[in-house]
Amino acid sequence: MRDVAVVAFTQAPSVRRDLDRNEVEILIPVIHELKQKTGLKNEDVDFVCSGSSDYLAGQAFAFVSGLDAVGAWPPVCESHVEMDGAWALYEAWVKIQMGYAQVALVYGFGKPSMGDLPITMALQLDPYVLTPLWPDAISLAALQARICLEKGVCTERDMAERAVRDRKNAKDNPFAQVKGDFTVDGILKDPFVVSPLRKHDCAPISDGASAVILAAGDRAKELCKRPAWIRGFEHICEPLDLGVRDLTRSRSTEIAADRAGVGKKKIDVAELSAPFTHQEILIERALGLDDGTRINPSGGALAANPLMAVGLSRIGEAASRIWDGSANRAVAHATSGPCLQQNLVCVLEGD
Amino acid sequence: MSDKKPEEKEGPVQVLQTPVRLEYVFSAGQSASRLLGAMAKGKLLGQRCPVDGRVYFPSRGSCPQHGVPLDGAPVELADKGTVATYSIVRIPIEKVPLELPYVTVQVVLDGADTVLMHLLKCDVDKVHMGMRVQAKWKPREEWTSSVENILYFEPIDEPDAPYDSFKEHI
Repeated sequence: MRDVAVVAFTQAPSVRRDLDRNEVEILIPVIHELKQKTGLKNEDVDFVCSGSSDYLAGQAFAFVSGLDAVGAWPPVCESHVEMDGAWALYEAWVKIQMGYAQVALVYGFGKPSMGDLPITMALQLDPYVLTPLWPDAISLAALQARICLEKGVCTERDMAERAVRDRKNAKDNPFAQVKGDFTVDGILKDPFVVSPLRKHDCAPISDGASAVILAAGDRAKELCKRPAWIRGFEHICEPLDLGVRDLTRSRSTEIAADRAGVGKKKIDVAELSAPFTHQEILIERALGLDDGTRINPSGGALAANPLMAVGLSRIGEAASRIWDGSANRAVAHATSGPCLQQNLVCVLEGD
Repeated sequence: MSDKKPEEKEGPVQVLQTPVRLEYVFSAGQSASRLLGAMAKGKLLGQRCPVDGRVYFPSRGSCPQHGVPLDGAPVELADKGTVATYSIVRIPIEKVPLELPYVTVQVVLDGADTVLMHLLKCDVDKVHMGMRVQAKWKPREEWTSSVENILYFEPIDEPDAPYDSFKEHI
């Protein structure tokens, strides 16, 4: 395996609704800042890979215009995934492993505020039986949370504790959207959005974008004083049909964590992309995290949830903790599909 | 009341229609909004690339060649230009305000470095590359923030532009 590291990361502030800008205009300054930070020009980048969804933009081939932000001259070697940018980063990592690239630019962007997001997400379900019923994403997560509560996997208080923690951590993150000091008892008095989920159990809807530079070997050391080396990287998908899955645990995260070697040594920092509090608990357990790990110092997906960029941002935030020396070993998580269907685990190390 | 179940009466269900419909509140974005706002005043605004000075019309907020933000002052363009290339259309299409056969053209507006695709009202035997043309606007009282304020282009009495001035656009 080649040594490949995350060497730079930029992001747009997550906001509930970006009134002025379209999704490419949200992305433009993010890419520009990344190039200025690293001094990289287009000819220095061997591969460009992006993650976005045309369903958020409501336009076929909307992802193509994302390249306006990158610039396509000299001609670029480029690819796109209709998934979170974390999976675009995986593709770029494979490209570098295969020897086709030394430096890669990865970005994710989305403007979900233009549509009705929980309904739009019904389109990721089985198109014959489930989507025609239009079950919204919050209701499906609520069913999962109900199962977790009834089987004793967690309590509503456990869930609220995650919201309080993440919102508190997010106070130090200028890009986060939901932040502040709350108490568990206080937020448990709030009404249900969809029982048993309250507002604090659900990640916000966020417009946003983020971008990362990946580099191999010596090139990584030139671009970054303390590169965040990718030492384990795996993503696993479970069946689409919710009825055949055990929704009280995240098997795919468990397998991915095992293959990525999460449990081999102490994890200092974890950045999780679980969009609901009970899912954050499931991911913590699947990764085998304990009190020795700082979870979501950025606030995680519950504090800012720019769809299609939120997972990539977790990798960027985890890498940032390596760069600033506050962690030597970090894990980043990204998810896709209904009720944690597909999960990606990335282990980053400073040495 | 019949005792029979619905499937016995009408046979098994063989086709199920499941229409998909999503609603969006579309936002054009800053660049397109600026362009459309200027359109309502009868102005054509482009933007200049800070790297090579080329003027984009319409602009999408970033130079797609160099990947740099187009954040400088907008550049006002003339509503005259040169036909870079064209096509003669003999198939009717909805909402086209010209009678068949008509001409679609790629126009390089004076001061712009990109082409604008539009209609040309002229004798189809007369259209040619390098032809000088000007926008025919709707009556002023009908202007809105829409690119449709320009109905079509028309030939004007000016000598043809030299080939070198538009060759990169063909």
